[in-house]
Amino acid sequence: MLRADNLFKTFNPGTPIENPVLRGLSLTIESGQFVTVIGSNGAGKSTLLNAISGDLFVNSGSLHIDEQDVTRVPAWQRAGMVARVFQDPMAGTCEGLSIEENMALAWHRGRSRGFGRAIRAEQRELFRDKLAMLKLGLENRLADRIDLLSGGQRQAVSLLMASLQPSRILLLDEHTAALDPKTAAFVLELTDRIVQENKLTAMMVTHSMRQALDHGHRTVMLHQGRVVLDVSGDERKQMQVSDLLAMFEKTRGEQIDDDALLLG
Amino acid sequence: MTPIALMGALEIGLIFALVALGVLISFRILDFPDLTADGSFPLGGAVAATLIAGGHDPWLACGFGALAGAVSGLVTAWLHVRLNILQLLASILVMIALYSINLRIMGAPNMPLIGSPTVFAPFIGEALENSWLVQPAVLAVIIVAAKIALDLFFASQTGLAMRATGANPRMARAQGVATERMVLSGMALSNALIALAGALYVQTQGGADVSMGVGTIVVGLAAVIIGETLLPSRKLWVITLATIIGALLYRLLIAVALNADFIGLQAQDLNLITALLVGFALVLPKLKAKFSRKAGGKH
Repeated sequence: MLRADNLFKTFNPGTPIENPVLRGLSLTIESGQFVTVIGSNGAGKSTLLNAISGDLFVNSGSLHIDEQDVTRVPAWQRAGMVARVFQDPMAGTCEGLSIEENMALAWHRGRSRGFGRAIRAEQRELFRDKLAMLKLGLENRLADRIDLLSGGQRQAVSLLMASLQPSRILLLDEHTAALDPKTAAFVLELTDRIVQENKLTAMMVTHSMRQALDHGHRTVMLHQGRVVLDVSGDERKQMQVSDLLAMFEKTRGEQIDDDALLLG
Repeated sequence: MTPIALMGALEIGLIFALVALGVLISFRILDFPDLTADGSFPLGGAVAATLIAGGHDPWLACGFGALAGAVSGLVTAWLHVRLNILQLLASILVMIALYSINLRIMGAPNMPLIGSPTVFAPFIGEALENSWLVQPAVLAVIIVAAKIALDLFFASQTGLAMRATGANPRMARAQGVATERMVLSGMALSNALIALAGALYVQTQGGADVSMGVGTIVVGLAAVIIGETLLPSRKLWVITLATIIGALLYRLLIAVALNADFIGLQAQDLNLITALLVGFALVLPKLKAKFSRKAGGKH
């Protein structure tokens, strides 16, 4: 379970470019729940994700993962609880390392690292099996450099990597935004499969309202650093993109002029 | 070139192979442009020379030399990681500080080791007739051991985490790697190797001198660049091998250039040749790419 209480985060405080991004954001995600998060640019989606992963610390408020206060815990110490897939395919994998070396890094997420061999025979077997699931032929390319893969292949491997070790929450940061529609659909389907198979608690940020409603159990909309909309269950099942838009406009009492939100 | 001159070039090449492996760790693996080498190389030499002159075991002296180098690397990394000083600047600060520290350690600008025991002494005959062969041989064993140890380390869980730290620190943190700790320990390892090279160098040269570090980093970098130009690879054991070959080749080229009378070069031209060689090695990959384009390659 993840519990964010009254999070505040301001970038460049006290300067002319002061930018309050999170303004009292509270959100609780139950174990096993798959939440999709939408919101216009600057709504605080990425900042929330970075706050949960520990890439940045909030100014005030608290963050709990399974009753453990992680508000001031640095990213690398949270890694055992938080798995993540980045928006940029380059960001989530390590250029210059091979596919199996990247997977070995992820296999040790949240574990202590010693001086034993990073890749043993049984791990190589496991990586091969996992990669075979993708049906991309990557199981025969374990020793290939990861930068030889396409963006979609890299995101697929990133997803596998995120699921090699258990996590309390999986963060997906617009992880299909950089992909072409066909590849994006493949990666999304893979996401659903991995989340279901491993019964993961997940949070997926997306720019597409369509994706937000089609995937997961619950949809949350952020605006000006707060949760302004939170739908789940039957209400959500019957919801169309147009309803979501209408609700958003009613809540905020203003028009959305961000095209990105209307598309998809 | 006489066989003795050749072995002499090989000997210095082997010592600088150790420097080059250290530079490989900082510049290539950690992506940390580190000039500490110009201070940590003579630091290792100064510590080792002082200990040997004080009657201590030469191997022990090498160990303490390397340890001192590790501390200097740690300080550079700490200045960057904790105090946010720019990497290059942090290393220049430590390098400058080490000049004074090295003078303090030796108590004089130089320290002769003529007739003192060295790590090579047990294998050398009474009349020193085989020293030209023994010294490179002992050094070769040390370099091969260092290479194998490094290869094993970088294939380990911690070694892989260190490589990830240099390649993509954000991703490394997301995988639970304590990247700051990796930078600190990697820089310590890098400068320990460089200082060990300094400790061995003073034992082959018969003494330590406070100015012996000038240009160490350029030579180390030259070896790394020559190695990766001649033997490009992403496999770490090939990269370390290429680095060693680069160091040996570099010293051989220097020896040939200085020994060929018809060119008219003399010892004082060494740094100029180094700069030219490094410059050439730096543009070589671009020239190669250009050539293959013109030759109708697929790029």
